[in-house]
Amino acid sequence: MNWLLVLPVILPFGLAAASLGLRGSFRTQQRLAGLGGMLHFGICILLLVRISEGGIMTMQVGSWPAPFGITLVADHLSAIMIAVTATLGLAVTVYAKAEIGPRLMAAGFYPLLHILIGGVCGAFVTGDLFNLYVWFEVMLMASFGLLVLGREKQQFDGGVKYVMINLFATLLFISGLGFLYGITGTLNMADLYLQVQGVPDKALLTAVAAVFMVAFGIKAGLFPLFFWLPVSYHTPPVAISAILAGLLTKVGVYALIRMFTLVFTFNMAYTHGLLLVAAVFTMITGVLGAAAFQDFRRILSIHIVSQVGYMVLGLALFTPLALAGSVFFLLHNMIVKTNLFLVSGICRSFGGSFELSRLGGFYGSRGFLAFLFFVPAFSLAGFPPLSGFWAKMMLIRASLEAEAYAAAAAAAVVGLLTVYSMTKIWGEAFWKPAPARQEQEEGFAGTVHAGHGWMVVPVAALAAITLILGLFPGPFLEMASAAAHELLHPEIYVKAVLGGV
Amino acid sequence: METVLAFLCGLMAAASIYLMLSGNIIRFIFGLMLATNAVNLIIFAAGRLSSANPPLIGEKTAVAAEPVANALPQALILTAIVIGFALLTFVFILFYRSYESLGTVDVEKMRYAEPPPGQSSHAEKQQEEGGL
Repeated sequence: MNWLLVLPVILPFGLAAASLGLRGSFRTQQRLAGLGGMLHFGICILLLVRISEGGIMTMQVGSWPAPFGITLVADHLSAIMIAVTATLGLAVTVYAKAEIGPRLMAAGFYPLLHILIGGVCGAFVTGDLFNLYVWFEVMLMASFGLLVLGREKQQFDGGVKYVMINLFATLLFISGLGFLYGITGTLNMADLYLQVQGVPDKALLTAVAAVFMVAFGIKAGLFPLFFWLPVSYHTPPVAISAILAGLLTKVGVYALIRMFTLVFTFNMAYTHGLLLVAAVFTMITGVLGAAAFQDFRRILSIHIVSQVGYMVLGLALFTPLALAGSVFFLLHNMIVKTNLFLVSGICRSFGGSFELSRLGGFYGSRGFLAFLFFVPAFSLAGFPPLSGFWAKMMLIRASLEAEAYAAAAAAAVVGLLTVYSMTKIWGEAFWKPAPARQEQEEGFAGTVHAGHGWMVVPVAALAAITLILGLFPGPFLEMASAAAHELLHPEIYVKAVLGGV
Repeated sequence: METVLAFLCGLMAAASIYLMLSGNIIRFIFGLMLATNAVNLIIFAAGRLSSANPPLIGEKTAVAAEPVANALPQALILTAIVIGFALLTFVFILFYRSYESLGTVDVEKMRYAEPPPGQSSHAEKQQEEGGL
């Protein structure tokens, strides 16, 4: 038994069970979540360190040998994703201490948060396709619960639409899984890689690949399947929308990367060509959509779509540099995105609104906050030397090397337009003189003590990580390259799972 | 037999998509149920239909009698049914609460998260009373 591989998944579920048992005492739940979050973070970082030293780690659950049992496997990509998940989980747990009041805690905020994190980690470590489906469901259930956790009208509205489209995606996923099992007779991902080689009817497999692409495309928010995202992500409390924004679409991207580097690589001209087109349109529509909004969180939500385009662009190009760019982009973006949502919560706690027209003057009155917004926002836009610059530069260079000039141009232009969105927020919320203070809007944050220390600490920590990623990208780029190397040489993964083949 | 099942799955999927696209959340639930069952049938058919022996080893033998039926799809379906049922109950409750809160079953009329142009979300918020 390799406990290090199991703990990132088991620990959150243990915490969820304990929090459920402690329903009445909110204080203990908070402390437990804080301590548990730190422990989880420590374990996940240890896992990342071990894997970057010793390569892929596997564990056969119940000692059933692969491909018959369920295999847990973590390569560089999984380990990076798990480490980021734990980081975000900890940050949001700390932030929630200030934002999530007794009413939301009584409704089960902490158990749901733990289950969400456990489900996401499970999806990252599993080496079995059906198991991946189960983790997707676990994660979705928790996200459904979190999304409607304040029972406001707009939450129900967003929630209904989110649930509808995501359930449909799940059904597509499992039917694709059924087809794939019917063709290959296996569900172990490493074994799938081997079995797919021997399938004579590649056209049928390509159709199955398209089913998976649509299913994961909906989860990831790819063009033209992203419309559920801008409807729902701005509706729940800030801590919840931050963790959803940081994690959920990225699990879709991860699943796309996993399946389209390991299993569906036989008809690259079609599948990856399609992904390339989808990626370019995703980048463009996402960033153009942002121009239409005047609400802090809605701008950030629609930008998630645009950023997903970059991640998929790297997958579609399928070169070592491009995939490393994708992995680094994931790492950078998950942290930055969650951080921006958290900053929007702090701005709201000062200004009383998410509407940009009602905010203003923070540059003069709250210089520290302006700095905390500046780092993630301009990292998102790709300003050197922040982390987003390296990620975008890698992807644009990879596009040029692959002679995908249209994609390179789109990536560069979208980067510029992202600057426009971020300067819009900057100009409205920070530079513009503060509008006459109106009454506080009704809602979750209404009672929050403005600029609470627990809100600022995680934002500052995530901004520090962004700065480190930007100023000392070396070791992180090495990890991303190692991940890309593994993705491009599936034999390594297969050998780790199935033994000497 | 596979052909019949294939047509049945197709029919169920078509009906479920029609129901899901109707824009009415009650019909969506019925569509969801149909679709879940269609998918279960797909997995079942993907595991090959055969009149084989059950995958059980008899009392006095060491191996099961050939040919053995494939037990894996059934295990998958069982899991999918359990998960599907849990999701369905959640969807029922969510949609019921949404109906209570929003007063409509028509998704086109739910415009709280994305207020129509000209009506800012702030104005929308002021309109509603007691949003907690």
